[in-house]
Amino acid sequence: MSDNWIKACKTQDIEPEDVLRFDHGDRTFAIYRSEDDKFYATDGLCTHARVHLADGFVMGNLIECPKHNGRFDYTTGQAKGAPVCVNLKTYPVKIEADEVFIQPG
Amino acid sequence: MPAQVSAQITARNYSLVGQNSKLAEEMGLASAQWYACPIPRKRLKELMQRKDGPAIRDTLLWFALLALTGWLGWHFWGTWYCVPAFIVYGVLYCSCSDSRWHECGHRTPFKTTWMNDFVYEMASFMVLRESTPWRWSHTRHHTDTIIVGRDPEIAVPRPPDIPGIIMAFASLKSGPKEYKKVLLHCFGKLTAEEKTYIPEMEYGKVFWTARIWALIYLATLAWALAIHSILPFMLIGLPSFYGAWLLVIFGLTQHAGLAENVLDHRLNCRTVYMNPIFRFVYWNMNYHLEHHMFPMVPYHALPALHEEVKSDTPRPYNSLIEAYREIIPAIFKQVKDPYYFVKRELPANAKLTAAPDAPLPNAQPAPAS
Repeated sequence: MSDNWIKACKTQDIEPEDVLRFDHGDRTFAIYRSEDDKFYATDGLCTHARVHLADGFVMGNLIECPKHNGRFDYTTGQAKGAPVCVNLKTYPVKIEADEVFIQPG
Repeated sequence: MPAQVSAQITARNYSLVGQNSKLAEEMGLASAQWYACPIPRKRLKELMQRKDGPAIRDTLLWFALLALTGWLGWHFWGTWYCVPAFIVYGVLYCSCSDSRWHECGHRTPFKTTWMNDFVYEMASFMVLRESTPWRWSHTRHHTDTIIVGRDPEIAVPRPPDIPGIIMAFASLKSGPKEYKKVLLHCFGKLTAEEKTYIPEMEYGKVFWTARIWALIYLATLAWALAIHSILPFMLIGLPSFYGAWLLVIFGLTQHAGLAENVLDHRLNCRTVYMNPIFRFVYWNMNYHLEHHMFPMVPYHALPALHEEVKSDTPRPYNSLIEAYREIIPAIFKQVKDPYYFVKRELPANAKLTAAPDAPLPNAQPAPAS
């Protein structure tokens, strides 16, 4: 395992079409499991009001912020319109032995 | 509270660019963490599920009623029969649009995004709230609900302006102000306050929407001139004024008379039980506490959300009458004492609120020493 891959959680910790918060040091991430069982990772806080996206709602490939309903495509990080205007940073993810690893860079 | 701070807050300044805006930031009241009732994630996910069905049904019914009452008003124009037709048309046009504007602004009623956006633009025009500025204003309202100097949507600033509240029943204060802003936006300008909550990248959208509105009003004027009648304005434009009264009756129940500068929606929002007709007009926004605490839950799931959280929230009001028995005396008391507010009682077993460390401007100022 390369040094900059960090174990975030087990695959079964996240239900399909849901999101989990993962804190590492002073950083926070959101780990997503799509309906078709793919995993993704983004910064954990909304770029608009710094609210934890893991408290939000996953719809298809969108994550909706729990505070102002701003939406991002969590597979690309793209902001999908007001009130979010700044894209979300995404991170590489890999699965090994039913565990989710992210590469925060 | 230090005398210096109390002196600053004695004059309640609701401006978003005034001294209380900075004070709210210093006190940790701006963009703060708010209390949320505990709900298991699985249940919350069920409540947040989006559907097109209920909103399509309600929207088709709304359009049909608008068309019917508008036709009746047109048909009976010049007779007394047009009066009840236009009373109902006005409520459907303006007061119904208030809740559609609100819900679709959150993009939760429909699962399909363009449907939310289409109804949002249409309702914004009818309730006379420019879509982009008001989207950002409402975003701030959710970030800093009833925080003085931060929330641009405090309906009853203290001390309350009673003539202003009465004028609101026909949008006589807000309407002309909004038209001035539309005109300003048509010329590519924004007010200083708008610049505090609208990002620069949205300015173009503000200006172009204002120009489309101006074209619609000009077309209505041309129609009225062509037929030598104000009837076109009875259908487009004027209902934003004569149909606003129910919006105000519903809207004042949301926060009026309750605490300012608290970080707990249980203390600054009301939930009021309403009959099915009112709930259709208001799209369940009578569950206002629940909406503020969980804005991701669509209107059709708010009654179920209410059941989930009611053991941790103050007792809801059984009717509009019960709510107004509290609101009207509170507003009159606030005219004499701007520091008065209705303190909502949490149930005995309720979880405690997350309060900021800083003293709150709701407190009676200490005598200056």
